[in-house]
Amino acid sequence: MVQYGKSHFDASFAALSDVTRRGVLEQLGRADASITDLADKFRMTLTGMKKHVGILEQAGLVTTEKVGRVRTCRLGACRLEEEAAWIERYHQLWAARFDELDRVVEELKRKEKADGRKKNRR
Amino acid sequence: MDARKTAVERKSDRELVVTRTFNAPARLVFEAWSRPELFRQWWVPKSMGMSLLSCEMDVRTGGKYRLVFAGTPDPVAFFGTYREVVPNSRIVWTNEESGEGSVTTVTLEEKGGKTLLVMTELYPSKEALDAAGTGAADAMVETFAQLDELLASLGAHGETGRSS
Repeated sequence: MVQYGKSHFDASFAALSDVTRRGVLEQLGRADASITDLADKFRMTLTGMKKHVGILEQAGLVTTEKVGRVRTCRLGACRLEEEAAWIERYHQLWAARFDELDRVVEELKRKEKADGRKKNRR
Repeated sequence: MDARKTAVERKSDRELVVTRTFNAPARLVFEAWSRPELFRQWWVPKSMGMSLLSCEMDVRTGGKYRLVFAGTPDPVAFFGTYREVVPNSRIVWTNEESGEGSVTTVTLEEKGGKTLLVMTELYPSKEALDAAGTGAADAMVETFAQLDELLASLGAHGETGRSS
């Protein structure tokens, strides 16, 4: 979880290092907006704005939802300093790990059954 | 009735406990934990967007491990020593990549063919645990406060200067 926290923090920090992206966050603090809206407002191409929004989204600062052909952006629920948030991330990591571990263990179980325990174990 | 749920509890200022039940005997859970080729299949869940570059582990008392993750911009290494390994029941290791490392204890308790796994992470101090959680070193605290301020101001309809 250490590395996860770190990379998460790095991502947030990198996302905030750009003046346009900070502007986008401010804008979304006032109201949700589509990528087209944002591109217009900041006088940039759709592709350029998509890139910025993508970086903010990766950092968890913005979430987007596509309805029809319009992708709406809003502020993410990222509260880095709140313990609840980090416990939640920690929980996510371990839940994901242990679900995978479950799969690995089930596979071992299956193999063992299939082998009929014919071989010496370890 | 699905007991296979991961629970996390902050037991004290410097201690986190994670529990999970597996529908398998303890020796299989231990096997998945102690053989690198199995371990790497689950330690780096795909859903978390992490990728493991290398994984060396010598799971026995006094043995070492070293995991290297892909990171930006540089790979990040995690390493330490297995302080105590009791096959099928207990693994204790140190996390030495940061100065104030934590100690992780995993116990496996088998009952009726199922295994209760309890993992405890004990940090040397509350600060170390908090730092691990936020991923922020002490030097980052100020930056962090700024970030929080920015987020707060955004929430309050952004009065932090002009956009664009």
